[in-house]
Amino acid sequence: MTDKSQPIIILKNVDKHFGHVKAVNNISLEVMPSEVVVVIGPSGSGKSTMLRCINHLETPTAGQIVVDGKVLSHKGKDINAIRREVGMVFQQFNLFPHLTALENVVIAQTVVRGRSKQEADRVARQQLDRVGIPEKADVYPGQLSGGQQQRVAIARALAMNPKIMLFDEPTSALDPEMIKEVLDVMMQLAEEGMTMVVVTHEMGFARNAADRIIFMNEGGIVEEATPDVFFDNPKHERTKLFLSQILH
Amino acid sequence: MASTDTPSRNRRGTFIDTLSGLPWWFFIILLGALFLAYSFFVDETYSDIFIFLKDGVAMTIRVTLTGYALAVTIGLMTGLGRVSKNPVLYNVATIYVNIMRGIPILVNILYVAFVVTPPAINGINVLGDWLAQINLLGPENVLAVLSVRQVDFSVRGTIALAISYGAFEAEIFRAGIESIGRGQMEAARSLGMSYVQAMRYIILPQAVRRVLPPLGNDFIAMLKESSLISVLGVRDMTQLSKLYAASSFQYLKTYTLLAFMYLVMTVLLSIGVKSMERRLSTND
Repeated sequence: MTDKSQPIIILKNVDKHFGHVKAVNNISLEVMPSEVVVVIGPSGSGKSTMLRCINHLETPTAGQIVVDGKVLSHKGKDINAIRREVGMVFQQFNLFPHLTALENVVIAQTVVRGRSKQEADRVARQQLDRVGIPEKADVYPGQLSGGQQQRVAIARALAMNPKIMLFDEPTSALDPEMIKEVLDVMMQLAEEGMTMVVVTHEMGFARNAADRIIFMNEGGIVEEATPDVFFDNPKHERTKLFLSQILH
Repeated sequence: MASTDTPSRNRRGTFIDTLSGLPWWFFIILLGALFLAYSFFVDETYSDIFIFLKDGVAMTIRVTLTGYALAVTIGLMTGLGRVSKNPVLYNVATIYVNIMRGIPILVNILYVAFVVTPPAINGINVLGDWLAQINLLGPENVLAVLSVRQVDFSVRGTIALAISYGAFEAEIFRAGIESIGRGQMEAARSLGMSYVQAMRYIILPQAVRRVLPPLGNDFIAMLKESSLISVLGVRDMTQLSKLYAASSFQYLKTYTLLAFMYLVMTVLLSIGVKSMERRLSTND
């Protein structure tokens, strides 16, 4: 059971270095259940690396990460147990091309969650319905548009009943006219109370969906505020500069 | 403009294009096959040789099929070792691949047959005695009483071929696995799959599809190289031809027929591989 008054994600002084490059530098962050945190910042500021540390796709160089009350150690089974509870959506979708949309959503349920084929099938169709493409169940990813692929990827993550969803620039690889369909699904998720950490350049989404916005630069958190304060009264010079460059 | 005002030359051009596009190589081989088939009827020597070689065909096919199945199994295991982050697995696999790729197959066949097999059988005997001592098997069990002479040279040759080819297949599997983007593994792991589950359900199914054509080519290569085990006296197509030619002095006819039999088998197989390649590429 998740305690609603305790943070579900805790990052304590997390560092991630690639050789001499400090991609993430001493970041501390807490995310509460049902909170939607949007992370923005210039490219190379360590947003994605920080996000990937949360489910250990990157192993932090130093610091502590606690997800859903469990401390992420460096080895083995615990990490798989955590990842089960943390859904992730990638910039490049990363659908499995040898499986149909339905099978993409089914496979981890049967292999990881141990659900029966019928049960997994039922959940998968439900999730495809939720993201608005039930009719594409038997189509292979190669025949889907980018927006549809990303929605299947979201359904795939949701089918595992995660407590947290991580989005790593989910709309950056999409054609402009497909961005909205993906953002709509994410907005709906946020309204349903999903805990979300979203790395994005979509300022409209940040303003409307976020409970809190985090602005990162050079591996560190520069500013943290509610959307209203962040967009209308940013405190730091670096934030003002960034906003002046993207909001034209 | 110049291309539109000379329709007759264009037509001739397309006619020549069509002609040159035909699989002439196949027709010529077919012609040779027909000539040989004809010779069968008019020249009794050929049918005589063929009848003599028939058992060798079965041996060649058996050695190739079992050797190849073993080689692919070894190759898959070793290929997984080559991409493994575990330093022991990686280094063991890499040592094996590098040694085997550097030794001629013929030398490896001699080495396995005469150098490795005797002590290996000794080891099996010791294992059998030990199993008898702890009462898992009877005192005179198969493992304990196995003698070196019972292990046929065809078996030794097959194992040697499998060990040599296993290294080639391993590199094919490695390349196939590495050709699957990093995102696939990340997506699988992010859903909670273990490394082994991700390999089994996500990476390998995609990798195997990509490596089927090169694996098929190696099957053809192995069919040809299986002729090397004739140095052990294994009665395959090649060995029987040697025997026939030496006793009848019909070198030309014997070796022509032998070469042609290999050719027919490999051409048929390569047509199979080609069509598989085509089917797989349309599925992508």
